[in-house]
Order: sequence, then structure tokens, then C-alpha cells
Amino acid sequence: MNINTKTLLKFFEKIGRSFSVRALRLGAATRLFYLILIYSADSFKRIHLTIREIYFTGVMSLVIIIVSAFFVGMVLGLQGYYTLQKYGSSEAIGVLVALSLVRELGPVVTALLFAGRAGTSITAEIGLMKATEQLSAMEMMAVSPVARIIAPRFWAGVIAMPILASIFSMVGVLGGYVVAVPIIGVDEGAFWSQMQANVDFRFDIVNGLIKSVVFGIACTIIALFEGFDAPPTAEGVSRATTRTVVTSSLAILGLDFVLTSFMISG
Amino acid sequence: MDKIKLDAWVGIFVAIGVISLLGLAMKVGNLTSNDIRETYMVTANFENIGGLKPRAPVKGAGVVVGRVNSIVFDTEAYHAIVSIDIDKRYVFPKDTFANIYTAGLLGEQYIGLEAGGEEKNLEQGDRIIQTQDAVVLEKLISQFLYTKASEEE
Repeated sequence: MNINTKTLLKFFEKIGRSFSVRALRLGAATRLFYLILIYSADSFKRIHLTIREIYFTGVMSLVIIIVSAFFVGMVLGLQGYYTLQKYGSSEAIGVLVALSLVRELGPVVTALLFAGRAGTSITAEIGLMKATEQLSAMEMMAVSPVARIIAPRFWAGVIAMPILASIFSMVGVLGGYVVAVPIIGVDEGAFWSQMQANVDFRFDIVNGLIKSVVFGIACTIIALFEGFDAPPTAEGVSRATTRTVVTSSLAILGLDFVLTSFMISG
Repeated sequence: MDKIKLDAWVGIFVAIGVISLLGLAMKVGNLTSNDIRETYMVTANFENIGGLKPRAPVKGAGVVVGRVNSIVFDTEAYHAIVSIDIDKRYVFPKDTFANIYTAGLLGEQYIGLEAGGEEKNLEQGDRIIQTQDAVVLEKLISQFLYTKASEEE
């Protein structure tokens, strides 16, 4: 075997390994999801565990969600006005702000912020628990770490995400209102009435909520799995945290496209 | 942190979420403004529906009185059958006129109902006989061009 075939072989080995590692991790993540579903009855029986996690993932994210929603809404108001006034229809600014927030930006930006704010802390916490052998200690005491640690965090994330997304959309609309009505001087009645005439409860608001529930599931599963799978070292945990943000963001944006195309065609 | 404080914070969190959702439904969305629950269905045949879509508003004197339920193509008569859900609170006589209008120059298309003079009212499953098609801009332009051309001859 000459040197060229060896390097070629190594090259293909590398490609193959990266694929098989990913396939293995995806399989392990699916198994974790299955385990969570099996143990979720426990996490609802001891509801205070889930409530505690809703506090840490939901309530603690409230400030960043509200502040960014307000700014996003104000920017949407300004940018929307810039475009709409060219067509002489600046009254439609309410529709533009509300539809873009409720249908798209509310769920997506909330999920991205959630991945950065709550997902990383979940990963770091579980990774550290694993590194300090707390999870193994639990298993020794015949307490399933999935039932005690993982499942409550999963349900907390799934419950918190739609709540955060609705808060985001509502605060964003208020931000758009603040820019459009007092600052720019759009008529207040036209702002709200056009919004109400064009935002449909079932097709816009409920679809946005469905999106945010799906993002909640995806974000928390990724964060939990990365923490659970992290090598029990300081470096391993930090890498897992980074991967949580990257994978969650990509998953959110990819899922968003899939969900949106389903909702538009359906 | 003790359990009661945690519960209180999570309770406040959930309450804010529910208030936001209610706000979205009531203030931003159309859950209150035109909730049409009890409806009766009538159909109308059009030669051309233009850009009319299901769920487009049905208006009487500009007031939303119902929504387009479905639009199907009739392969026997080659026209469109539009089913309309009208709110039970509003009754229209049997000889009501159904027109397809466009809201503004570039707006969505809707069905406008103009009441006739008959004493009997439309009921579930009735058909509106007098209809006027959507204005197709191309047809209008070609008509205009033909009349111009014939004037010059």
C-alpha cells in the first residue's frame, strides 16, 4: 500500500467517523427522549420539581424576553413605517408588527434567546452534575436521574416556551404601538382596528403557539442531551454548552422553515 | 429559595403568560370582533371568482356578516360554486345580489351582498341566483382597447 492510498483511506475514515458519531448521538438523544416520556409521569407526580425548573428556565428568562421583545417591536415599528409610508399606507403598520411578531419573530426569537439563556444553563448544570458524579450517586441510591433531574427540566422547558413566546409577542406589539402611535403619529384607532381585522386567532396566534411548543421540545431535548452526553471534564462541559447553542439555533431555524411551510400550505 | 416563594413566582409567570395570550386573542386578534358562531350556508355560482379565497369576508353594506367557506369548480356547468357561511343574526331576502369586489386597489377580494326586495329570506342550503363576477383587469383593458380601436375606424 503506497502513501497515497493510506491518506485517502484516512480521509474516508474521517468522513465515516463523523457521520457514525452523529448517527450514534442522534440515536442516543432519541433514546433519552423515549426515557423522558416514560418517566414523565413521575415528574408530574412530584410537581414541585417541575415548578422549580419552570422558575429557573421561565421566570429567570422573563427579563431578557421582555426587554428584547420591546426593542424588537419598536424596531419593527420604525422599519415597517419606513417601507409602508412609501406606499402611503402607514396605517397598516399595526398589521405588519402584529403579524410578524405573532407568526414568526415571537416564537423564533424567544426560542433563540431561550437556547442562549436557559438551554446553556441546563447543559452546564447537568454536565457538572455528571462530572461531580452526582448522577452516578443517584443511580446508586436507586433513584433514576432521568426521572429526578431530566424529565422535570424537559417539561419545564416545554411549558415555559409558549408562555414566553406569548409574552414576547404581546410586549412586542406594545413596543410597536409606542413607536407608531405617540412617536410617529399613526392614528390609534386605525392601528388597532387594522390589526384586529387581519390577525386571525386560529391561523396566526395558535399556529405561533404550536411553533413555540415544538421549539420548546427541540431546545430542551438538545440542551438536556448535550449535558447528559458531555465528557465529565471542565473542557467537555464547556464544549457541550457551546454545542447546545449552535445545535439549538440551527434546529430552531430549520424547524421553523418546515413548520411554516406546513402551515402555509395547509 | 423556599417552596412558597418559588410557587408564587411561577404562578406570576404563568399568569403573565395567560394575560399576554388573552391580550393577543382579544386586542391583537379577531377573537372578539367578529366571532361568527351560528351560521347558515348558502351557495352562489360565479363565472369567474378572480382572486377570491376561502375565509374571505362576506359583507353587507360594508359590515362583515359571514365568511367564504369553500370554493369548488363545477365540472358540469364550468363555473365556480362558492359556499358562504352567513351569521344567523343577519337575514337576506331570496333575491339578494352577490358581487365580488376588491377592497382598495390592491386589496383582498370579498363578497358584497346587496339585499333585494323579496319577502322570503334565504335559508340554509339556498342558492343566490343573481351574481356578478370579479372584475378581471385584463378583460377590462382588452375591452377598453377594442372600444378605442372601433372608435378610430
